[in-house]
Amino acid sequence: MKFRTFKRHFREGSKNIWRNSWMTIASIGAVTTTLLLVGAFLALMLNLNHVADNLEEDVQIKVLVDLTADDKEIEAVGEQIKDIAEVDTVDFSTKEEELRSLVDSMGEEGGAWELYEQDNPLNNAYIVKTTDPQDTMKIAGEIEKIDKVEKVNYGQDVVQNLFQFNEYARNIGLVLIFALVFTAIFLISNTIKITIMARSKEIGIMKLVGATNWFIRWPFFVEGLLLGVLGSILPIIILLTGYYYLDNSTTALDQFSFMTLLDFHPFAWQLAGLILLIGAAIGVWGSVMSVRKFLKV
Amino acid sequence: MIVMQDIYKTYANGVTALNGINVNIDQGEFVYVVGPSGAGKSTFIKLIFQEVKPTKGSIMVNDKDLTTLKSKHIPFLRRDIGVVYQDFKLLPKFTVYENIAFALEVLEESPRNIRRRVMEVLDQVGLKNKARFIPDELSGGEQQRVSIARAIVNHPKLLIADEPTGNLDPETSWEIMRVLESINATGTTILMATHSKEIVNTIKKRVIAIEDGLIVRDEHRGEYGYEI
Repeated sequence: MKFRTFKRHFREGSKNIWRNSWMTIASIGAVTTTLLLVGAFLALMLNLNHVADNLEEDVQIKVLVDLTADDKEIEAVGEQIKDIAEVDTVDFSTKEEELRSLVDSMGEEGGAWELYEQDNPLNNAYIVKTTDPQDTMKIAGEIEKIDKVEKVNYGQDVVQNLFQFNEYARNIGLVLIFALVFTAIFLISNTIKITIMARSKEIGIMKLVGATNWFIRWPFFVEGLLLGVLGSILPIIILLTGYYYLDNSTTALDQFSFMTLLDFHPFAWQLAGLILLIGAAIGVWGSVMSVRKFLKV
Repeated sequence: MIVMQDIYKTYANGVTALNGINVNIDQGEFVYVVGPSGAGKSTFIKLIFQEVKPTKGSIMVNDKDLTTLKSKHIPFLRRDIGVVYQDFKLLPKFTVYENIAFALEVLEESPRNIRRRVMEVLDQVGLKNKARFIPDELSGGEQQRVSIARAIVNHPKLLIADEPTGNLDPETSWEIMRVLESINATGTTILMATHSKEIVNTIKKRVIAIEDGLIVRDEHRGEYGYEI
């Protein structure tokens, strides 16, 4: 294809937007509505996922070292924990530090515990974080087997339930997003199909004048692309504005440290890009698939 | 130019349109195709630019054997043949200029050549001042002249007209015939299916009559030969 023909196809594609103004409005309307839905839902799901990640990040394993262990043995326990592949960080906390944090966590009443400073009954401890929070249970099991480890603590019941719940939430979200995108594709390509059906005669005439299939297809390709892009403008503006206000407002949720939204920058831009991409792809796909039917003259 | 040998055509619904056609048309001829409705005139004409494929037999057009022509090469065959229809078949959303230019854009001509050549044919069919109109804003005769302009814009050796005056009043029909004659005068072969007794009997040319899928008459400077 010569470059000037490529230019010609682009020009024709944009002209078609004007030539079929009512059909254009219908198609852009369908794209706008569905992309707005998809976009809002995507933002919601990704933020829920983010909250779940935050919760999981907070999960840590506390390894209590046996009281009888001497300094060398304590160090050996630390080394062995570090040797486990999936372990991210290992912090040592002496029994004095443990007592301090216990006293601090008690607030006013903590004073009573200060008596124990003379004869500290607490264990020296290692605080372990895993690279992937999902590995917590497995690693805790391995640490338990190490010599001189008295007990391993990671809020067993709560963590297990949390992971289970998050997994369900993620899977359901994924299914919903797929269902929504699929509906969007179906709706948009159907609208575009109707607009092109009205032009099946035109396609037949073009073929009789000696146009090859690709010569006919290209302007439709451009038209579909433009419809998708034009249709994604409004959803992007609405979602960006909405997210900006949500991100900058303080709500009751702010008192929970893990309930944070993904930062406007870069998340909102990524979301905008994704919507643009989905819009363009669906537009092109819808129009090219519809033309295919009428090319057999 | 056109050579048909033993052409048979039966449509998928069982209707037999052509029953063994043999014909030879030379470069530069002007040929009328006449006959009652449903006799096979349209099928005969559609075979030449491959809107219809024969069930049996061989066709050569412009020294190309259409029986072995692959479907992806059909567009290139059509570029050598101009076609004019009874219902004009213009692109409704395109201007007169764009309709004619389309036939050249298909050939990937340069924009400058397209401009020059489109204005030339518009002048030839007398529509230079209507270039920016869309088909709906024109009269039937004017629309037919646009479709003729589109058919001849790329200098085809063969122009096929399927009842080009069928939807036009007598006066406009004569106008169209004058345009077609002037195109024939430049050496373009013209094949025209028609129901117009007046035209065939006044502008005397070769007449091929088709009845029941067979050529029943083929005479130079012939008569229409049917009552209405």
